[in-house]
Amino acid sequence: MTDLPQKLQRWFDARGWQMHPHQQAMLDRASAPALLLIAPTGGGKTLAGFLPTLSELSEAPAPGLHTLYVSPLKALAADIKRNLRTPIEEAGLNIRVEDRTGDTTATQKKRQRADPPHILLTTPESLALLTSYEDAPRMFAGLKRVVIDEIHSLAESKRGDQLMLALARLQTLCPDLRRVGLSATVDDPEAIARLLARHPDRTEILEADPGPDPDIEMLVTDTPPPWSGGGAKYAIPAVLDEVRKHKTTLIFHNTRAQAEIFFHHLWLANDEGLPIGIHHGSLDRGQRERVEAAMVAGDLRAIVCTGSLDLGIDWGDVDLVIQVGAPKNVKRLVQRIGRANHRYNAPSKALLVPANRFEVVECVAALNAVRARDLDGDPRGPGPRDVLCQHILIAACAGPFDADMLYAEMISAGAYAGLTRAEFDACLDFCATGGYALRAYDQWRRILQREDGLWQLRDPRSAQRIRMNIGTIQDTDTLKVRMRGRGGKPLGEVEEGFAATLTKGDTFLIGGQIVRYEGLREMTVEVSRDAAQKPKIATFMGTKFATSTQLSHRIVEMCQQADWPELPEHTADWLRLQREVSRLPQPGRLLIESFPHDGREQLVVYGFAGRNAMQTLGLLLTKRMEEEGLAPMGFVATDYATLIWGLDAVTNPTPLFDIDRLEAGLDGWLAGNAVMKRTFRASAHIAGLLERQVGGQRKSGKQATMSSDILYDTLLKYDPDHLLMQITREEAMRGLVDFDRIREMAARVEDRIDLLRLSRITPLSAPLFLEPGRVPIKGTADERLLEEEVTRLLDASGLAGIDAPAKPVWRVPW
Amino acid sequence: MNRLSFDFRGEHLEALGSGALHWPARSVLVVSDLHLGKCARLSATGGAALPPYDARETLGRLERDIAATSPAHVICLGDSFDTADIRAHLPMEERSRIADLAGARRWTWIEGNHDPGTAGLGGETRADLGLGPLTFRHIARPDPGGEISGHYHPKARLALRGRMISRPCFLLDAERLILPAYGAYTGGLRTDSPTLSDLMAPDAHAILCGPKPVRIPMPRAAVQARTGT
Repeated sequence: MTDLPQKLQRWFDARGWQMHPHQQAMLDRASAPALLLIAPTGGGKTLAGFLPTLSELSEAPAPGLHTLYVSPLKALAADIKRNLRTPIEEAGLNIRVEDRTGDTTATQKKRQRADPPHILLTTPESLALLTSYEDAPRMFAGLKRVVIDEIHSLAESKRGDQLMLALARLQTLCPDLRRVGLSATVDDPEAIARLLARHPDRTEILEADPGPDPDIEMLVTDTPPPWSGGGAKYAIPAVLDEVRKHKTTLIFHNTRAQAEIFFHHLWLANDEGLPIGIHHGSLDRGQRERVEAAMVAGDLRAIVCTGSLDLGIDWGDVDLVIQVGAPKNVKRLVQRIGRANHRYNAPSKALLVPANRFEVVECVAALNAVRARDLDGDPRGPGPRDVLCQHILIAACAGPFDADMLYAEMISAGAYAGLTRAEFDACLDFCATGGYALRAYDQWRRILQREDGLWQLRDPRSAQRIRMNIGTIQDTDTLKVRMRGRGGKPLGEVEEGFAATLTKGDTFLIGGQIVRYEGLREMTVEVSRDAAQKPKIATFMGTKFATSTQLSHRIVEMCQQADWPELPEHTADWLRLQREVSRLPQPGRLLIESFPHDGREQLVVYGFAGRNAMQTLGLLLTKRMEEEGLAPMGFVATDYATLIWGLDAVTNPTPLFDIDRLEAGLDGWLAGNAVMKRTFRASAHIAGLLERQVGGQRKSGKQATMSSDILYDTLLKYDPDHLLMQITREEAMRGLVDFDRIREMAARVEDRIDLLRLSRITPLSAPLFLEPGRVPIKGTADERLLEEEVTRLLDASGLAGIDAPAKPVWRVPW
Repeated sequence: MNRLSFDFRGEHLEALGSGALHWPARSVLVVSDLHLGKCARLSATGGAALPPYDARETLGRLERDIAATSPAHVICLGDSFDTADIRAHLPMEERSRIADLAGARRWTWIEGNHDPGTAGLGGETRADLGLGPLTFRHIARPDPGGEISGHYHPKARLALRGRMISRPCFLLDAERLILPAYGAYTGGLRTDSPTLSDLMAPDAHAILCGPKPVRIPMPRAAVQARTGT
């Protein structure tokens, strides 16, 4: 057993603390080349990660970087800096800790490169940027440990892939570097271990005591939840009661819009003025920081929040977590519940609040899964190659490189262990020349091979442009919102698409207040205060979660029951009503509903095949409908159903569901659909074909959309096997296609398709109409709409002369 | 063929869905802002190499429109090349395709702000050209009088039943006609931008490109946005 150095031991003793067993184990195994700690939230995970560092630096530390700490959130880095200061100061250690994120000043960044602290706290993007400088070897010289916090969250995205490539680089610079990962409870620790290790070495896994089962229930209210909707307004009085009964409550929502609406209603009902705040990623930073500070100070009784509070920031004394809306994913639910009660080994307390009756079913299914400790997770495929292209460009920024060595370094990252040399060479060629079949402008290649065999940038000035585009996070195109007038207060951001639908006088919610749209000036949405009670709903999106496959299965099983004694009466009633006015999904059959709604024809396909497969089904069905002349306008998919709207009703579904023709469509679907273009756009940005920022000026999101769409169309036509098209296809197959499950569904169903023509929206379909992520189909519907509009405009302008003063009959939003 | 006929200064003209303009009486085909070689210029400045297929795509469209209208005279309204010197860097195949087109009929290159000077690929190069009641030039002037120009790459944006549709478009009033950009990699300036809203008369129309060109009142800026209040 490794003892703590005296100074630290005295500090522990002075506080009457003892190390948790897993903290001791981390200290004992401090020399492991790769070590993964799995511990529940509140288990002193971060301190466990830092104890070996504090130990090693306790006596007269040499100058220079010793430990690099990487976290997914800037705020987390700042928080850890605060928390580390306590033991360092109180134990009298001579250790310098600094953070470095996008928010750090240029002067400080420069100084950090010349004179790095002992412990540097940063994010994957800032680390990638650091490795792109020529002086990286000097800055990282002597680095001993890398601690990756919340690695389970990074493991789910390209940020994790980029981070592991940067680690491979660091390992070359510092061969003795030890890797430590800190993770919340996950379904498959081995998968994260493989990601963390230097391939083909192994990672040691250390699992802390998971603690007692959480105390988790569904909130039962006197008022039943509505048939549909995501607001959970009905539960406001009950939620306020709970807030009163507890010290601090976190109220989680799945989307920002839902959080805004809930917060608004909470305040309308908050007669005694309990201090309640709101926190989500679209709010202005200053506003978020004020809420964070108030929370740390213990001034707030509740915070309405989204995923922006998901990660392990220490927000003080939370004793209740409320999840509003279906949890979608059991693993995330368990992690959120862990936010409550930071006393290790005391059960966390949580309440689920379903927003509507379908979510009651989902919540009950999720509760059963939590009790069975049945966590869900989807395995990730090999590392994406767009990230690899960016890494090659980063390497070129740092100085001339040897392709063999770079390749060897890359395949030491677990996700890229299977990368072939040919695949690597294709990425290198893409970075150098664009990698086109037509070799038109080789004289302007971006990187070129010198006579000594090393590769370097043709134009050294391009390093600056490459650095400005480092990162894998895809922002949605957003516009800033501020109060009108000189020095108007910044409020936050809304999606550009949402802003485009606003006309002067429209009201929406942001930061918990209702504002009135005044106009757009220099890419900023200007608003004024409005006293309205009911706003036009803010549709700007937060992260959209998919219900996991396991959870979907549990739900289908519940649908098949004869009755539902375990569900509240109102929800059982709702399912009975669906059975009465339409039908409930049955095993071995495919239920399809068709009805008019909202001026369009709606088609609902209850496939229960998971969100990705239902999304693909939406793409393929709309393509088939286009072929049949049914003028589809778009679709939206959830885990259990696909909703398609269009100008004409479907009367005979059988030809649409012919599996051979659907599969034939799979090849053709690449042509021009919005999902593929969105995927292409993200990859083109990551791989460096498109630049987000030119000369410090951010391109407006709209320009970026247009040019990436044109490039996609051009490549599809002239160079369909281009690397980026391959990447786009891979990404889509991995993320959005899942055609196997459609095939499985078709085999299960054969010709047992039940099309029900109904006069109106059905209970089970209602939630689909509120689902974000609607995908437009640009086809004949556009031409027909334009024709309608022209007719209408001509009629209207004819009448306008007689009926003055005419109000504007149409408008072009900004 | 997808065309929309209209009258301008007493002449009968046709807008093609591709963004070209046809003048049947004189057998003239007009296109604007081809921006050939744009991806080459962008690569030369140290950015990523964009797919070098823009010239093929643009020339392909032009060949199709020429085949459909059999013009005796083609007028390119300027910015035909993305920079004056990029002409020399176009691949041989594309240079010869351009020379073939220009050699087979009367061909006028109007100089644009991107491509002053002679093209050297056949045809004549001029600052502007008058034909009957119409004057062809690159940038619209304050005193038009039957002027046909390009330069602004106008595009219109409409919100229809919750769907945003954005299309390159012709802009038309009694005095002037502005053509959309014909090139494959060209962006656009929205008709509701102050520049275009100020340039065109209040009763201007837009003809939207697409599978079937349509004519509508020009979508323009709300008054308060234009005056900046």
